Amino acid sequence: MAPGTTEHRVSGVEGTHALAAALAADLRPGDAIALHGDLGAGKTTFVQGLGAALRVREPVTSPTFTLVNEYRGALTLYHVDLYRIDGEAEAVDAGIGDCLSAGGVTLVEWAERAPGLMPPGTIHIDIEPGSDEESRVIRIRRGERP
Amino acid sequence: MKVLGIETSCDETSAAVADGPRRVLSNVIHTQIAQHQPYGGVVPEVAARSHVERLPGIVEEAMRRAAAGWDGLDAVAVTSGPGLATSLLVGVAAAKAFAIRTGRPLISVHHLDGHLYSVFLDPAFPEPLRGAEGLALLVSGGHTSLVRIRDGRRAGLLGATLDDAAGEALDKGAKLMGLGYPGGPAVEKTAAGGDRDRHAFPRGLGPGTQNAPCGGMRRDLCFSFSGLKTALLYHLRGHPEDLDPARGLPHLAASYQEAVVDALIARVRRAADLTRPAFLACAGGVARNRRLREKLGMFAASAGLPLMLAPPEFCTDNAGMIAAAAAAGLGTPVDPPGALEIRPTWPLPVEEGA
Repeated sequence: MAPGTTEHRVSGVEGTHALAAALAADLRPGDAIALHGDLGAGKTTFVQGLGAALRVREPVTSPTFTLVNEYRGALTLYHVDLYRIDGEAEAVDAGIGDCLSAGGVTLVEWAERAPGLMPPGTIHIDIEPGSDEESRVIRIRRGERP
Repeated sequence: MKVLGIETSCDETSAAVADGPRRVLSNVIHTQIAQHQPYGGVVPEVAARSHVERLPGIVEEAMRRAAAGWDGLDAVAVTSGPGLATSLLVGVAAAKAFAIRTGRPLISVHHLDGHLYSVFLDPAFPEPLRGAEGLALLVSGGHTSLVRIRDGRRAGLLGATLDDAAGEALDKGAKLMGLGYPGGPAVEKTAAGGDRDRHAFPRGLGPGTQNAPCGGMRRDLCFSFSGLKTALLYHLRGHPEDLDPARGLPHLAASYQEAVVDALIARVRRAADLTRPAFLACAGGVARNRRLREKLGMFAASAGLPLMLAPPEFCTDNAGMIAAAAAAGLGTPVDPPGALEIRPTWPLPVEEGA
């Protein structure tokens, strides 16, 4: 495990949401989050927990088709899916760079598609399936804040 | 009223000419599926470039097939959202140019209003029902919505997905099952002959969405498909042998498809109980799914409701529905045309007091 990484074993939706809420309490305007995990790992559940903790009142839906969804809460939340983006230039063309500099919180799925896009201080979150369908292993690593 | 319609909200490049709200004279569609297939989904950059290359020729072809002259046009209509920003920009820029060059009004159309209107393009749509209250299920790769219809237009949003769209659930499920893209047709093909009841996949709101905000919609009219994908993932971890095309795969695909269809039907049933519509309607790319059509038909028959399905050529994204919807007054004129801006996210207003 990389230095500065915390590992959490959570159970059920409540466990994932509680961890997301704890993270949300520590977020500042301009923060960027890279969310890693395979299809079906539980990324949606984590994002919905984060949205709820940021007091977003609308449904936090999949950004797969739109690439970016924007929500107004305690902070503006940009939910980005880079799955079908190839490299930083395409991400910037799609307006992702604007999100990162807009003073909200930007949560990016599949950030590895455009690794150079994520600023220093990005919070990396890895979600992996646990021993059973209900449990997840979630690792959180925060880069140095600039 | 002759309207040139343009639609480029995702990966179909389309132009059409409608003569009034009921007659689509031409509807030219170039689908980019082959270009996106290697990537397993729509690649925005590829889509935008393809729209730029194809749209001029497609507009010319639509005008030629409609035997329409530029002087004979009364308006230009375009999908200005929701959709992929980089794709929408191409169609909107072109539509502005055509409107300015011809001096005709530019009409902005909501993509879902186009889909909704497509059910009225069925020549067999009963006249007495055209003004009646209806209930429409709009299902595609990017949308899953229940909409109330009044006087041939959208009256309000009753329910929508709280996470993934139905078509997205089919796309992602197909990916987990190794079935290729687009997922809907791939799952449907694989499911043929499979046992739909072999595996019990979730059909309701998962635990993740039981407390999720519904944006003013009734929770029991909202959809959730993210948990279904997770259930499939875990099933495959325990039973990798079900990926064997000769044995388990047809049953797995059939059971997965059945769960998606059942989840849709359950909300349609509830919404019909609540709103007592005079007819049911279904439109969008997933409306081509035969199992969905079959089960909607079964429900409609049991409820004694006429079922109006969008004609297949108007199910996938197309400009015909946009041109006709504009001719029917479902769009918004934008003056001056240059002021039209794209709206990649454009939520429908929720029905009050539903």
